[in-house]
Amino acid sequence: MPKISWRRLAGGGERRWGMLGLAAVVALWEMGHSAYGDFVLPSPLSTLAALGRLASDGDLLPAIVTTMRDALSGFLAATLAGSVLGGLAGRSMPVRAMLQPTATMLIGVPAIAWVVLSLLWFGGSGLAATFSVAVAAGPVVFAAATQGTRTVDGGLRTMARAFRVPLGAVIVDVYLPHVLSYLLPALGTALAMSWKVAVMAELLSGAGGIGDGLAAARAEVDTAKTMAWVIVVVALLLVVDRLVIEPVRRHFETWRRGLPGETA
Amino acid sequence: MSDGALAASGITRGFSGAKVLHAVDLSVPKGGVLAILGPSGSGKTTLLHILGGLLRPDAGHVELPFERPAFVFQDPLLLPWRTARGNVAFGLAGRRLSRAERLARARSMLVKVGLGHSEAGLYPHQLSGGMKKRVALARALVIEPDLLLLDEAFSALDVGLSREMQQLVRLDAQERGVTVVLVTHDLSEAVRLADEAVVLSGRPGRIVTRLSIDRPSRLRDDAFVEEEIRRIAGQEAIRDAFRPTLSG
Repeated sequence: MPKISWRRLAGGGERRWGMLGLAAVVALWEMGHSAYGDFVLPSPLSTLAALGRLASDGDLLPAIVTTMRDALSGFLAATLAGSVLGGLAGRSMPVRAMLQPTATMLIGVPAIAWVVLSLLWFGGSGLAATFSVAVAAGPVVFAAATQGTRTVDGGLRTMARAFRVPLGAVIVDVYLPHVLSYLLPALGTALAMSWKVAVMAELLSGAGGIGDGLAAARAEVDTAKTMAWVIVVVALLLVVDRLVIEPVRRHFETWRRGLPGETA
Repeated sequence: MSDGALAASGITRGFSGAKVLHAVDLSVPKGGVLAILGPSGSGKTTLLHILGGLLRPDAGHVELPFERPAFVFQDPLLLPWRTARGNVAFGLAGRRLSRAERLARARSMLVKVGLGHSEAGLYPHQLSGGMKKRVALARALVIEPDLLLLDEAFSALDVGLSREMQQLVRLDAQERGVTVVLVTHDLSEAVRLADEAVVLSGRPGRIVTRLSIDRPSRLRDDAFVEEEIRRIAGQEAIRDAFRPTLSG
C-alpha cells in the first residue's frame, strides 16, 4: 500500500520524496507486470483503463455512494457511542470497570466474524454493513476516549472548579482539547477500519457497493477490475481522511506548534 | 461572624490517614488581607484550598459569603491550548458576557500585569515562568473577585516585578474591598500586603502564632517593612516555627 507516502504528499518539503516513493511503487508494479503477465498483475495502465470502464459503465458512482453510506454511517455510530461511553468511563471508575472488559472482548472478535453474524441477524440489508463497521470500530474509539478523559490534568479541573466555570465550558475548554489528542489518531484508525469492514460486509452480502463490485470482478476472474476497485477504496479513504479528519486535527492542534518535538 | 467576613473554625483535614491540619481557627473581615506563613509541609496550601471551598475539611466549619472567588495557584495551571488572552478570558467563562467582551477585558487586564499585545496571543509553552504567573494573576483579577486567594502568587517573579504585582493586587483589593488570603514563604510579602498573618507549623499544621500589622498598607515604605521583618523574625515563636526547615 502506498498509503504512507501519500500522507507525505501534503507534507510540504517532503513532497518530492513522497512522489519518489510512489514512483518506485509504480515502477515495481510495472516490472512485476512484465515478469508475470496480465493475468497475475495487470499493468498500471490497464488498471486505469479498467477503472475508466467502471466509470463509463455507470458502476462506479453507485458503488462509491453505497460504500460511503455503509462505512460512514457505521463510523459515525462508532464515534458517537465510543466517545460518549469512553468519556463516561474515563470519569467514573464503576462505569470503566464495567465497560472495559466488554470493549477488550469486542476488540478481540475478528471483523469477519462480525460480518457473518450481522448478515445472519440483519440479512442482506445495508444495516448489516453499518452494524459490522460500528461494532468493529466502536471499541477502538472507546479505548482512546477513556484514556484521554482519564488523563486530563487534575490541576486544570481544580482550577476550573475554583473559577466556578460551568460544565459546558469545562467540557469544551478543559476536557475536549486534551481528549482529542488521544481521540483523533484513533478516529483515523477507526475510519480506515470502517472502509475495510464495509467492503468486507458488502462482498459477502451482495447488496451493492465496492465489495459487491469486488465479488463480481472475482467471479469474472478480472484482475484489472479487482485492482481498479482497490484503488477506488484507497482513494476514498484518503479523500475522506484529508477532507474530514485532517482539518479537524489541524484546527485543534494549532497550539502545539513550537512545542518540543513538534514541527512548526 | 457576619457582614461578609471569611470565617473558619476548628478546621481539621487529613490525606490518606495522615493529618495535615489540626483545629485551625481564623477569620478575615470583609476587605481584610490575611497572610498564611509557615515552613513547607505545614498545610498552608491545604488550608487555602479549604478556605476557597475546593476541599472539604474533615472537621470544622467554613463560612464563605462570597460570590466570585478567584485563585492564583502555586502552579500557573494555564490551559496549554489557549493563548494568554484565552486563558484570562477563561476566568470569565461563567459570566454572561459576549465572547468579544470577555476577550476585551482579558486584553486590558493583561496590559495591567505588564503583558502587551504581542504576548497576549502566545500559548503558555511560549511564555516564561514569570509571564505565566502574571497570566494566572490576570485571570484571577479579571473576574473582579470578592475573595482573592493567592498561593505563592509572586514567587516566580524577580524582585521588581513581584513588588509591582503586589502593588497591583493591593490597589485592586483596596479599591473594591476584596478579601484577600495569601500563602507565602516570604515574610516581606506578608509585611507589605497583609493586615494580619497567621503562622502555621508542625505536622499536623496548627496556628502557632498570630501577628497583626497595624500601619495601613499604602503607608508601608521600605524602612517600615525592613524594621517590621526584623521585629517579627526576632520573635521566639516565629523562630521555633521555621526551625524544622532550617535544621534540615
